[in-house]
Amino acid sequence: MSREKILQQVKENQPLLSPLPVIDITVTMDETAILNQFLSKLEMLHIAAFLANEYDDVKDIIHRETNGGRFVTTISEFRDMATLIEHSTEIPHSLEDVQAAIIPAHFGVAENGAVWITEDLVKYRVLPFIAQQLIVIVKRGHIVANMHQAYEKIANTSYDFAAFIAGPSKTADIEQSLVLGAHGPKAMMLFVVDEN
Amino acid sequence: MNVALFIPCYVDQFYPQVAIATLELLEKFGCKVSYPLKQTCCGQPMANSGFEHVSNACNTLFVENFAGYDYIVSPSGSCTLHIKDHLHTKAHTEAETQIRQRVYELTEFLTDVLKVKNIKAKFPHKVGMHQSCHGQRGLKLSQMTELNAPYYSKPGELLNMVEGIEIITLDRPDECCGFGGTFCVAEEAISAKMGKDRVADHVKNQAEYITAADMSCLMHLEGILKRQQSKTKVIHIAEILNAG
Amino acid sequence: MHTEVTNHADASVDFNKDEPRVDWHDKTLWFIREKRDKASHGIDEWEQLREYASQIKNNTLSRLSEYLIEFEGKAKENGIIVHWASDAKQHNHIVYSILHQQNVTRMSKSKSMLTEECGLNEYLDEHGIEVIDTDLGERIVQLAKEPPSHIVLPCIHKKKEEIGELFHEHLGTEKGASNPEYLTAAARAHLRETFLTRKAALTGVNFAIAETGEFVVCTNEGNADMGAHLADVHIASMGIEKLIPERKHLGVFLRLLARSATGQPITTYSSHFKKPRSGQEMHIVLVDNGRSIHLGKEDFRNALKCIRCGACMNTCPVYRRSGGHSYHNAVAGPIGSILTPNMDMKKNADLPFASTLCGSCTNVCPVKIDIHDQLYKWRQVLVQEGYAPAAKKVSMNMMGWVLSSPKVYDMAGKAARWTLRNTPFAISNKMNPWFKEREMPEAPKESFKEWYKKNRSQ
Repeated sequence: MSREKILQQVKENQPLLSPLPVIDITVTMDETAILNQFLSKLEMLHIAAFLANEYDDVKDIIHRETNGGRFVTTISEFRDMATLIEHSTEIPHSLEDVQAAIIPAHFGVAENGAVWITEDLVKYRVLPFIAQQLIVIVKRGHIVANMHQAYEKIANTSYDFAAFIAGPSKTADIEQSLVLGAHGPKAMMLFVVDEN
Repeated sequence: MNVALFIPCYVDQFYPQVAIATLELLEKFGCKVSYPLKQTCCGQPMANSGFEHVSNACNTLFVENFAGYDYIVSPSGSCTLHIKDHLHTKAHTEAETQIRQRVYELTEFLTDVLKVKNIKAKFPHKVGMHQSCHGQRGLKLSQMTELNAPYYSKPGELLNMVEGIEIITLDRPDECCGFGGTFCVAEEAISAKMGKDRVADHVKNQAEYITAADMSCLMHLEGILKRQQSKTKVIHIAEILNAG
Repeated sequence: MHTEVTNHADASVDFNKDEPRVDWHDKTLWFIREKRDKASHGIDEWEQLREYASQIKNNTLSRLSEYLIEFEGKAKENGIIVHWASDAKQHNHIVYSILHQQNVTRMSKSKSMLTEECGLNEYLDEHGIEVIDTDLGERIVQLAKEPPSHIVLPCIHKKKEEIGELFHEHLGTEKGASNPEYLTAAARAHLRETFLTRKAALTGVNFAIAETGEFVVCTNEGNADMGAHLADVHIASMGIEKLIPERKHLGVFLRLLARSATGQPITTYSSHFKKPRSGQEMHIVLVDNGRSIHLGKEDFRNALKCIRCGACMNTCPVYRRSGGHSYHNAVAGPIGSILTPNMDMKKNADLPFASTLCGSCTNVCPVKIDIHDQLYKWRQVLVQEGYAPAAKKVSMNMMGWVLSSPKVYDMAGKAARWTLRNTPFAISNKMNPWFKEREMPEAPKESFKEWYKKNRSQ
C-alpha cells in the first residue's frame, strides 16, 4: 500500500521536532484608518467602492452604474431589483447568463481589500465566479485590519466552501498586460453599508 | 595590532596595485601589517565548482600562513566570505577556528574594527559603486534591496569620506555582475550578458569609474568595458581610499 | 509535453542569440521583482512574517507524518476521497482511474506544477483523455506544445504577437491581432465553453490544512473555481509537503504568497475547499514522488518548504537571462535547481551550476529557504557522485595542486603573466570562453609578492 509506504518513509526521514511559532502581530490602526486603508486597496484592485447609509442608496447606485440583464441576489432586501436565490435547487450551469450577482460578505480585510464569503452566503459556489459582474455588500463595522485578524474572526466557524475575493477576475499572462475578466467577473462593485 | 594581509591569488598576479593600496591604507591607519609570503589562494575556485575536497591542501596551507595574527584583512569580500564559511582542514584545529573568526574584508575592517571616521583621500570623479554579492549578501557589507530593513553601506560610508567624489545612483543597485568564479567560463553566455548589463547601468548613469570591494567582479567588468572601448574604468575601493 | 533534455549552458547560448529578446525577458521579470519589493516593503512586519512562515514550515516537516494522518482523517470526515501516490506514475494512474470510472474523456485543469512534474497531460492523452489547461498562460503554452517556463507566469517567455498567431490558428482570432484584451476575451469565450461542458476538473493545491482537512487554491483568473464548481468530479493533486498545521497559519502564508509572487496584496481568489458540493465527488491525491526521500537529506530538506511563489526566479539574474526552458524541468530557476537533483541527479547535474551564488534568491524567499547555500552543497554532492565533466575534474585537480604549493603557484603565475604579455594570442583566442566577449586583464611584470619582497620584506 502506498499510504503505509509513504507514511513510513516520511516518519523515518522527518527531522527532530521543530516548534510552532507564536504569531504576535499587533495592529495600531483605529477603525477609521482601517476603513481608509480598505478603501484605498479596493481602488488598487479595480473595485468600484461606495460608502452607503442604507440599501436604498445602494440600489440607486447599482441602477445608475449598471445596464440590464439577469440580476440575481442572495440578499432578500434586493429582491425588488434581482431574482432572489434562497436555495441551490438548479444545476450551477444555470447561472451562466447571470449579468450581475449581488451578494453579502462576512467582512473585508483592510491590508488587501479582500472580502470573505462562504457558501451559505452565495448559495451556489460558482455564483461569485460565473457572474459577469460581482456586487458585494459589507457592513461598515466589519472590516478587519489584516489576515491574522481575519482568521481570528473565521476561527472555527464551519463552512463547506469559502473564499477571499479581491476584485474582478484578472490575468496578466500576455506580456504582463493587466486584463480584467479572465474567466469570472469583468467588474466588481463593493458597498460599505452602515449597520442599522 | 598585528594584521596579516591576505591577498587573493588573481590580485597578487594581475592587480598588484590593489594589494599595494590596501597595504598602504592599513599602514596609514597605524596597523602593523605583514604579508605571509607562502600564501596562494583561499581555495574558492575549486570549492565553488564542487571540488571542495580538492582544496584540502590549499586550506592547510592557508592555516599555516595565517595562524596567530590578531586580524587577517583582505581586499575581497568573496575570498573573505569563503574563508569564514568554508575554511576547514582535516585536523580541525583551533587555529582554523580563530582564522574564520578573525578574517575581515577591508572595508568592514576599516568601519567595524578601526572605526574610521576620516579618510584623507581625494578622488574628484563620478563613481558607480558595484555591490559584489558575496561581500554584500554574504558579509552584509551593505543592506540588500530584497530585505525590508534600514539602509546602510560600509563601503558607501567610507567612500563618502573621500573628497570630491560623486557617487552615482544606479537603476539596479545590487544586481550581480555575472562573474561567479568558474561560472564566468562555464556559463559564458549568461556571464557576459550579465556583465554587459551591469556595465550599461553604470555607463548610462555616467560613471567615470566603477568601484567595488571585490576585484574579481571588476576584472570581469573591465574585460567588457575594454572590449567595448569604453571610457569608463574600474578601480578597487582600496585605490580610491588610498588616493591623493 | 516533454522538454528536450539539454544542459543549461547550451540552452542559454541559444536563448542569448536574440539579445533584444533577452533584454525584454529580463526587464519584464525585473519589473515583477520591483513590484514584489514595493509590496513587501509596505509591510512593516515583513521579515517577521518570513520568519514565522519558515518556522511553521519547519514544524510541518518535523511532524509531517502526523499531519498527513490528521489531514487524511479530517478530509475523509468532510466527505473527500483521499488517495496516496508513491510516484508520478501512480498519481497519473489514480487520476485516470477516477475519470475512467466516471466515463469522463474530457477534463479541465487549472494550474498545477505537480501535474507538470508527473507528466499527467501526456499520460492522459495516451489514454484517450483530453485535458484543457484553463489558466490563460498555461493554455497558451499548451497550444504552443511547450512546457511552462515559469511556475507563476507560464508564458512569460512569449510575445503577444506569437500568442496572437497561436490564437489565430487555434481559436480563430483575426490574423495579426495581438492586443492582450482582445486575445484574453477570445480565450475567455473558449474556456467558458470548456468549464460549462467538462464533467471533471483537476486543480492544484496551494495549502492543505491538517487541522480541518480543507485545502486552499489561489488564482487570479478564477479558473480553478470555474472548473471545480461546475464539474461533477473535482480532483485536487498535491505534493505531501503542501500541508500546514492550522487554518490560522494561512494568515501568514496568504500575506506572503501573492506579494512575493507578483506584488499583489493577495490573489484575487483564495478558495477554501472543505467539503464537496452537494452531489459532487471530491478527490485529493497526496503525492510523494521523491519527497519522502528528500526529507531525509539534512542539507536539502528545507527546499520542501517552498510555497511556489516564483520570487526566486524573478530575482535571479541568470533565470532572467536564460529563460525557464533552459532549466529543462517543470520547476525552473533557483528553486528548481535545488529540487530537481533530488529526483534525478544525472539529468539535472548541470542546474546547481547555473548560478553565480549571488544569494538574491535566498533573500526574497518568503519561507527562508537557504537556496544559494544549497546550490553550493549540491555542487559538492554532484562532484562526489561523479557527475562532473572529465575535463573539469582534470583542471580542478591541477588547480588544487598548483595552489597548494607556494613555489609552483609563483612559477605558474609568472608564466601566465609572461604569456599574456608576450604571446597574448596563446590565451586571447577563440578557445578561451572568457575572451569571447571580454578582454583579458593586463599582466603586470611584477606580482604583488615580488613587489612586497623588494619594498617591505627584510
